[in-house]
Amino acid sequence: MMIPSNAIILPILIPLVAAVILLFFWYLPRVQRWIGVAGHAALLLFSAPLLYSVKDGSILTMQAGEWAAPYGITFVVDALSALMILLTSIVGLAVGLYSAISIESRRTSFGFFPLIQFLIMGLTGSFIAGDIFNLYVWFEVIIIASFALITLGGEKAQLAGAMKYVTLNLIASVIFLTAIAILYGILGSLNLADLAEKVVESQQRGLINTIAVLFLVAFGIKSALFPLYFWLPDSYHTPPAAVSAIFGGLLTKVGVYAFIRIFSLLFMSDPFIGNLLIILAVITMIIGAIGALNANNMRLIFSYLIISHIGFMLGGLGMFSKIALAGAVFYMTHDIIAKTNLFLISGLIHNVKGSYQIKKLGGLFNDYPLLSFVLAIAMFSVVGIPPLSGFWPKVLLLKGAVESENYFIVGGILLASFLTLWAMVRIWAEAFWKPQKALDKAINRFKQRSIKRRGLMLTSIVGLAILSISLGLGWSSMVDLCSIIADQLVDTQAYIDAVLKNES
Amino acid sequence: MELLLAICIGLLYAAGIFLILQRSLVRLIIGLILLGNGANMLIFLLGRITKGKPPIIPEELDVLLDVYADPIPQALILTAIVISFGLQAFAIILVKRAYRVVNTDDLDQMNTHEN
Repeated sequence: MMIPSNAIILPILIPLVAAVILLFFWYLPRVQRWIGVAGHAALLLFSAPLLYSVKDGSILTMQAGEWAAPYGITFVVDALSALMILLTSIVGLAVGLYSAISIESRRTSFGFFPLIQFLIMGLTGSFIAGDIFNLYVWFEVIIIASFALITLGGEKAQLAGAMKYVTLNLIASVIFLTAIAILYGILGSLNLADLAEKVVESQQRGLINTIAVLFLVAFGIKSALFPLYFWLPDSYHTPPAAVSAIFGGLLTKVGVYAFIRIFSLLFMSDPFIGNLLIILAVITMIIGAIGALNANNMRLIFSYLIISHIGFMLGGLGMFSKIALAGAVFYMTHDIIAKTNLFLISGLIHNVKGSYQIKKLGGLFNDYPLLSFVLAIAMFSVVGIPPLSGFWPKVLLLKGAVESENYFIVGGILLASFLTLWAMVRIWAEAFWKPQKALDKAINRFKQRSIKRRGLMLTSIVGLAILSISLGLGWSSMVDLCSIIADQLVDTQAYIDAVLKNES
Repeated sequence: MELLLAICIGLLYAAGIFLILQRSLVRLIIGLILLGNGANMLIFLLGRITKGKPPIIPEELDVLLDVYADPIPQALILTAIVISFGLQAFAIILVKRAYRVVNTDDLDQMNTHEN
């Protein structure tokens, strides 16, 4: 099936239209829920054929207003963009379904559902942006929507967490803008493909590396790279579970996407940047995992695991070989699904037991054996136990690391995986196996819901768990797709040609 | 002109960074605003300042022969100003709200780590 190249703007338009329709139903949160779900489903229905049409390595481009490439605004969809859009729509649908049931009405009456759509729009926009300033603008769309989502409800912890989140994101934006300014000053272009051509010819290696480090700091704050991650465990566990699920699944990954896209096009020719990324990535992996072992709040543990696993993806980028990049992209795919599911699960457990503290929890396996089994699949896919989805990307990453004789990162991956397993076992032992203390019988809000609502709440979790298993079992087709993506990332000429020499 | 702008930008960045290192929320916000303005002026400066040369092709010619002012930095700054205006408005309201709820202006008192 061929997708006309002008249709690549649809991943932006669908959430935008959905958000605008939702705004008309401001006073009817009940109607909003289902319009929101319909919007997410529409995006999913479009993004699947979009990925199918570019999975052979072709690149779709659109020049806004027919302004030829380096002068106008360009939108580009290659296999990586299409994969990210598909993942965004999957997470959007899962979170949309889950939040339609679980979000309290005091939050939905202040535009929760339109904000989710705007957030999705910002995400898909940044995945198809072919212009660095356009990428900046989409980042701002994402952060303003996320600011509103993280503060919605206005609890004390939320506001204090949001303060840090907002501050760090604003600083990251300023650094990003500064880097764009200097890049424009020395290369005179904003189009990514054009920049990629010009950066090779540039004589000012020192300045180019300075810009690269500025981008590293800006994207490092967004993606929670060591030593810039401190805002994440302070804010991600404060909003409602559905919100932290979409944040944990997608928002840090958009930083990783920006890393992969910008650095592979512009800066990876210098080994200095690659080595810097590898060192920071390994420290991130280990520090994040140690943080997870030290926390007792379930969502805080998951927040630290997000940080730890960001290191896996950026380590893959740092090695910059085809196999390592394929591993990084595969890991990102797995991680988006697994992390979203973890936060949804923590919300479900909170619904059942009324707490996030693993010391207070217990007895889940006794009360809900079948449910616990599904949750175990999701939790242990994060660790990478075969045949679950976390296993294969780690194999690729390790293979890439051994091939490039980078034993530092091999050790980092193995140690961080082991610590992740430990953190998961800790949750499993405390929350599921340990007998429930008789004292605190909180209200079981899950049981109070009707069967239909309970089923809908579980649909997202079970669906994501099934997806995680099928990613693990269908690993070979996933590896094929990720190799095509890695080829495109290493050999940027195809991207440049598609954008600049595409006359139509 | 370039030198004056460069000094201004340096001052704005320095003052902004100094202020965001303070513990008070209000100073933090002012620092962020100064940093944002510094970045906007940096785009302006690095887009090569040209005075009184609009990028408009005269009627009798087909191309621009003379040096002309680059319109892109101005478009970028305009966009960046509008965006930062919105974000700053949000941040100021958030500070006010956080002050009411947490009842402190001191960032050290806002510890959310375990709860």
